Amino acid sequence: MDLEAPKIKSAEEFFYIQRNYQKQYRDNNRFIVICGDTGCTARNSKAILGNLDRCLKEKDLSETVGTRFTGCLGLCESGPLVIVYPEEILYHRVIPDDMLEIVEETVLEGRIIDRLIYRDPSSGEKYAYARDLPFYKKQVRNLLGGNWKTDPTKIEDYIALGGYEALVKAVTEMSPGEVVQEVKEARLRGRGGAGFDAGLKWEECFKASGRKFIICNADEGDPGAFMDRSLLEGNPHAVLEGLIIGAYATGAREGVVYIRSEYPTAVEKIKTAINRAEELGLVGDDILGSGFGVQIYLSIGAGAFVCGETSALIASVDGRIGEPVQKPPRLVQHGYLDRPTVVNNVETLANVPHIIKQGAENYRATGTEASSGTKIFSLVGKVNNTGLVEVPLGMTLREIIFEIGGGIKEGKAFKAVQTGGPSGGCLPASYLDLPTDFESLTEVGSLMGSGGMIVMDEDTCMVDLAGYFLKFLADESCGCCFTCREGINRLLELVQNISCGRGSLDQLDLLKELAEVVKDSTLCGLGQTAPNPVLSTIKYFEDEYRAHILQNKCPAGVCRALITFEIIESYCNGCGLCKKNCPSDAITGEQKQTHYIDKDQCDKCGICFSTCRNEAILKQ
Amino acid sequence: MINLTMDGLKISVEPGATLLDVARFYGANIPTLCYDEALSPYGACRLCLVEIGEPGKSRLVSSCTYPAREKLNVRTNTVRVMQTRKMIIELYLATCPSSKTIQDLASKYGVTGVRFSPKNEECILCGLCVRMCEEQMQAKAIGFVDRGVNRRISTAFDRKSEQCRLCGACMYICPVCQARCQGPSEESTLCNACLNLSPPCLENNDHTLCYMDPCAACELKKKTNQ
Amino acid sequence: MKKNTVLGLEVPCGPNGVSVITVLQAIQGYYGYLPEEALEKAARELKVPLIDFYSVATFYKNFRLAPQGRREVVTCTGTACHVRGSEKITEEISRTLGVDIGSTTEDGEYSLKCVNCVGACALAPLVIVDGRYYGQMTSLKVRRLFSDNPTKTEQTVSSGLSE
Ligand SMILES: Cc1cc2nc3c(=O)[nH]c(=O)nc-3n(C[C@H](O)[C@H](O)[C@H](O)COP(=O)(O)O)c2cc1C
Ligand code: SF4
Ligand code: SF4
Ligand code: SF4
Ligand code: FES
Ligand code: FES
Repeated sequence: MDLEAPKIKSAEEFFYIQRNYQKQYRDNNRFIVICGDTGCTARNSKAILGNLDRCLKEKDLSETVGTRFTGCLGLCESGPLVIVYPEEILYHRVIPDDMLEIVEETVLEGRIIDRLIYRDPSSGEKYAYARDLPFYKKQVRNLLGGNWKTDPTKIEDYIALGGYEALVKAVTEMSPGEVVQEVKEARLRGRGGAGFDAGLKWEECFKASGRKFIICNADEGDPGAFMDRSLLEGNPHAVLEGLIIGAYATGAREGVVYIRSEYPTAVEKIKTAINRAEELGLVGDDILGSGFGVQIYLSIGAGAFVCGETSALIASVDGRIGEPVQKPPRLVQHGYLDRPTVVNNVETLANVPHIIKQGAENYRATGTEASSGTKIFSLVGKVNNTGLVEVPLGMTLREIIFEIGGGIKEGKAFKAVQTGGPSGGCLPASYLDLPTDFESLTEVGSLMGSGGMIVMDEDTCMVDLAGYFLKFLADESCGCCFTCREGINRLLELVQNISCGRGSLDQLDLLKELAEVVKDSTLCGLGQTAPNPVLSTIKYFEDEYRAHILQNKCPAGVCRALITFEIIESYCNGCGLCKKNCPSDAITGEQKQTHYIDKDQCDKCGICFSTCRNEAILKQ
Repeated sequence: MINLTMDGLKISVEPGATLLDVARFYGANIPTLCYDEALSPYGACRLCLVEIGEPGKSRLVSSCTYPAREKLNVRTNTVRVMQTRKMIIELYLATCPSSKTIQDLASKYGVTGVRFSPKNEECILCGLCVRMCEEQMQAKAIGFVDRGVNRRISTAFDRKSEQCRLCGACMYICPVCQARCQGPSEESTLCNACLNLSPPCLENNDHTLCYMDPCAACELKKKTNQ
Repeated sequence: MKKNTVLGLEVPCGPNGVSVITVLQAIQGYYGYLPEEALEKAARELKVPLIDFYSVATFYKNFRLAPQGRREVVTCTGTACHVRGSEKITEEISRTLGVDIGSTTEDGEYSLKCVNCVGACALAPLVIVDGRYYGQMTSLKVRRLFSDNPTKTEQTVSSGLSE
């Protein structure tokens, strides 16, 4: 199997090899999947893999039971996840020592280990099989599904499961124009944020002549979003295949994957994928004997959010500082090295093989009329099932947050959901029945963005949150436009004034006025969307701003200048925990006696509040 | 030739012209801080905004960097443009009150108050000096350093640059340090001492609305009338 | 993938050969930071004005102009981590180790920096020490993590399950 594979020179050869891989794959249908994505490795899933290998060796099962260390399986909250195939039994929160039992009980005896199966936090119901979990049941995992069954480092797995078939079909049966047409008909909209029609972009590039480029935007800078990372780590060949098909369709002979350096694993995985595809002749000159060839380069970012913006990205690929430039001239005419360039998001490209394989019509059956296909959201924040969810476009926020996400943590009340990354907006509960598609979200002052979905409960202060995003953007702005650099800075100043209790209603008006100006007068998408968090929180949570200004109160108890901590005498049993943990030495009191907080000393860090076991500390 | 409409006027221009070129050629009044005819446009000061597109679907763009395009509908003095511009000038005043260029702009566009807390920066990062150094002096001794709110102009490693020719062109072109204004006092960033000021009251308001008390220009006029 | 050498270091090529960024990445990969002399030499070798190197090196967050501590502590300040209280975690680390964000302790042991989301939001709030992820951090766990006897706590902390 590890023999050096010769280059594939025709479609027949490809299908011959595919049959071999499929046979191998089928023959090894007893295998154990361990999630090897960042979330689960952070919880020691590497040690689980090590233990499993050892157990299998001990039991002499190494030959018959395969292991796969895969990309994200979705339910990050309950990691590390282990799935036993072919039954698809899902175990969650596994520790390395559980592996022996899993091998002995489940693999050898076919018994389900009760304590390791998933229990729904709200209903308490138990689920042994992955496909039955409510979290997965409502999803349509067209793109993420591949993560489950493929080892991302093995091109064999990908091919066995039908991968690269679309490429073969495209280059041997279709003309570039037909591929463009197919993508156009599928109404594939860019998943990177703007929702621009990918087919139209390709068509324009296709019509241009001379040297052209196609760039895969894997700069995923939105904090709280990790869809693209999971695709790259879990199924890198799907993205690569989309990129190659894109190159074929647009006539680009050079492709670049621009990936952020904060994702070291993803960088490794995509690098391996490119090398493996090159070895098989799926990247390089004369692919499948068709005469079409493409070189793929890897460009690693150096840490700048604004480089996700296409013109800044191109500057960065060229080694310059990531300063966006005014469009027009459009990048499909004057892009990288002043040549026609198409930039597509990771997820957009991952959709392409599906479109080519099943045809535009079938593809369009999922999603809504104007927004077809599925979208991956990273559902994070104060929600029970944090993780990645892939749903048809147009599903309502309620379905995503409450049915798939399992509702709010600790049974608290839902307050808002933030979509679209730092420049998106916060939507209140009244919009829970809003369908998630490009138009609906923009209409209510938020954005689809790249698919971050951050759920907030009653403990999140909207003024503080607006300030958080502004701080992020002030730091990440390239600093070229005066109104972006100084405007965001001043917005931040105003918001901070309010959260310190120094605000006034005039300042609130000024905040709104300035926000509109920043939105109107900046050059690139960063500046133009930067005021969204402020505007949307004012629009939907003005009461909260007013409470800060008029009553000097932070209703959520977050803004430090406006809260105090106090010990309720009758609840305190004098255990002294708070005193021990208070970093500012603000708490006094003898053992077994009531303790007191010195308000002047208190730094309002809230550590005592979270350490007290008797709920004796009052936050106001 | 490219045909477009500017402020209702149908005009045709050479390809390659920017909207600012066109506007200035036809005498429309558009203020700039980061533009110089001898240098490539950069689009940093955002003062030269104009409104493009049909009403309802229009947007603001910086005219110095926007190329003239077929059938474009450009409007240079709509309420939206003016209000945005005034706010930008107010921001400039709050940031860099000691620039006479900015004080003059403020009085010309009727900015009569500053609602932000005053700062005293010495640079508005218009980038004229950087482009001057690179494009005219071919030296590339200075450039932008850091990013976002921390962006500044400096030489490499903030040391004396080997590339610098000591030509002084960067200082010559700077809109902030070339003309210092001593007027603004600590608490108000608005200058009210400079006699070169053409007070907004004379252009827009009648005397009763004058915010300056006493207004230097009015005093001067009273004196000459006496 | 094609490679070129600059200053004797291998630098991967893009469609347009090596770029200022790839050269800086190679230099930092070798030295651990960007020494002034190396940049000067590289600028001369590539015939690029030194200010271009300096601009790029200061624009991007990943480049360091000073050597780093022996151990790198990274806190995530992404949105998910923020709403689960990362600010307090960062503060606590800063206090425990006596180091400001973006700087290194005097003994050169720890460097503390913040990044915007490492994509492991399910573990929020998150701290990474020398590439090892510690999820669901609390102020207490921070202090335990950097206490004198870290081995035992490391396990409990990193499993992310126990309090
Ligand atoms: C400030 C800013 C940051 C962006 N960041 C990203 C990003 O991280 N990833 C991405 O795919 N698109 C990002 N975009 C959107 C891109 O500019 C562009 O729309 C997208 O890459 C186009 O690909 P698509 O048509 O496939 O969506 C960003 C845009 C802006 C203005
Ligand atoms: S809007 Fe902001 S990020 Fe965009 S070009 Fe202007 S300064 Fe840079
Ligand atoms: S931890 Fe609670 S009960 Fe104990 S001393 Fe502190 S406030 Fe009192
Ligand atoms: S120093 Fe002067 S010319 Fe240079 S950017 Fe600053 S304001 Fe502009
Ligand atoms: S002159 Fe156009 S933005 Fe400054
Ligand atoms: S927000 Fe911290 S890992 Fe994503």
